[in-house]
Amino acid sequence: MFQPSPWRTDFPAIAALQRQHQTYLDSAATTQKPQALLDALSHYYGHGAANVHRAQHLPGALATQAFEGTRDKVAAWLNAADARQIVFTHGATSALNLLAYGLEHRFEAGDEIAVSGLEHHANLLPWQQLAHRRNLRLVVLPVTDQGHVDLEQALQLIGPRTRLLAISQLSNVLGTWQPLTPLLAHARAQGALSVVDGAQGVVHGRHDVQQLACDFYVFSSHKLYGPDGVGVLYGRQDALALLRHWQYGGEMVQMADYQSASFRPAPLGFEAGTPPIAGVIGLGATLDYLASLDVHAVAAHEASLHQCLVRGLADREGVRLLGSPEAALASFVIDGVHNADIAHLLTEQGIAVRAGHHCAMPLLRHLGLDGAIRVSLGLYSDSDDLQRFFEALDKGLELLR
Amino acid sequence: MNLSPEASQALEAFEQARGWEQRARLLMQWGDRLEPLGDSDKTETNRVHGCESLVWLVAVQDDGQWRFKAGSDARMLRGLLALLLVRVQGLASDQLAALDLSAWFTQLGLERQLSPSRSNGLHAVLLRMAELATQG
Repeated sequence: MFQPSPWRTDFPAIAALQRQHQTYLDSAATTQKPQALLDALSHYYGHGAANVHRAQHLPGALATQAFEGTRDKVAAWLNAADARQIVFTHGATSALNLLAYGLEHRFEAGDEIAVSGLEHHANLLPWQQLAHRRNLRLVVLPVTDQGHVDLEQALQLIGPRTRLLAISQLSNVLGTWQPLTPLLAHARAQGALSVVDGAQGVVHGRHDVQQLACDFYVFSSHKLYGPDGVGVLYGRQDALALLRHWQYGGEMVQMADYQSASFRPAPLGFEAGTPPIAGVIGLGATLDYLASLDVHAVAAHEASLHQCLVRGLADREGVRLLGSPEAALASFVIDGVHNADIAHLLTEQGIAVRAGHHCAMPLLRHLGLDGAIRVSLGLYSDSDDLQRFFEALDKGLELLR
Repeated sequence: MNLSPEASQALEAFEQARGWEQRARLLMQWGDRLEPLGDSDKTETNRVHGCESLVWLVAVQDDGQWRFKAGSDARMLRGLLALLLVRVQGLASDQLAALDLSAWFTQLGLERQLSPSRSNGLHAVLLRMAELATQG
């Protein structure tokens, strides 16, 4: 049965891609953009660009107003208590690096950092390298066959020496929601700070950072239908106060002399230099657009397409799913067939999916794989996209076998 | 352009290929013709990094002429490697350095496989070959 996406035409690139015979199923890597975002970018550049937080002139005031307006919208989107808890960065990766450097002074040799075994490199390497710098122990929380952090083991491994827990909300490889509530509560009870990588999770459903009760939450705009080059760091007020400044330059400073300087608190103290102004304004427009959608209709559409994806894969002979995907995406391998060969033949047929290690090499190695194919959905995806993918997959397998 | 008989044969076959399916079949056939590498060739030194598949390139210079062997665990890539080797086998370093390999793959209708994106092995292999040509 055909399942259309009522929001497909809001994303002009989908039609353009279709004219190039491309079926886009790589939304977990980056998403297509709504017309509302294109309009906002065009309006900002077409009506007068200006730097923010500096100039007294009218264009500067308007740009600052729009820029700070997005901060309010992001705060509302995450249900943060105060817009000052939202720091703009250049991406989720730079937000996580900000944390790993900004919190470095809190660690002493022998302290522990806990990460899950399924982290994207962006939420692994900053902590791994911090552990090397400070002589810390990086504790890796094991992952079950289904694709969740093994709660029983994790609660044993997160102990009094654990100073920080860094974990994904939704796995970018396995499509599994992680048991954040018990993990974060336990980490807090042990006196550890918590960092949630919401890069995939923020895209599906609405999440309340106060309810999550994490210390920090990170996401990137481009996966949430916004522009690239913009990331968001939310922090609990006390947690933000723990951060040391890490990048220095314009507008993050209170007073500067040749030999010394004092710096602003969050958020501006962590936004050194000219921020991605157009991108931030564009993210604001995207959030307005997303907020105008019927949350339940979006959730129902995504869930039903995802079910269709998982079932279709499971029905095919020799296809092995990685974990038990619950949302947004599914990764798989095929017995006796190299994933690069399948990727090659899907590409030839205009199917845009991701092949390889998905920036999670340790997880793939743990699963005994050197790569997998990942199909991921956006709110503009429809059942025809999946049908074209399955037809191309069958055709490719027929050729290879 | 002095093409070896094998290279001429490849060019003719690919020029006549209609559509992606036929090209894919040809690639697999060429891949099957690639002489398998022995375990002693699959060393870390011969490994070409920068590909998501395992790729090895064995290069020996014999009396000023390059002799290559190559292998991969991915089938399509083996086909691409076979097509590469028929074009470069027996060349001297200066000939190899002067050779436009992108043009070769474009002639074969396989230019899309040259993309420098991470997942593609051919790009990394060409870089390694260019390195060898300038060192030799």
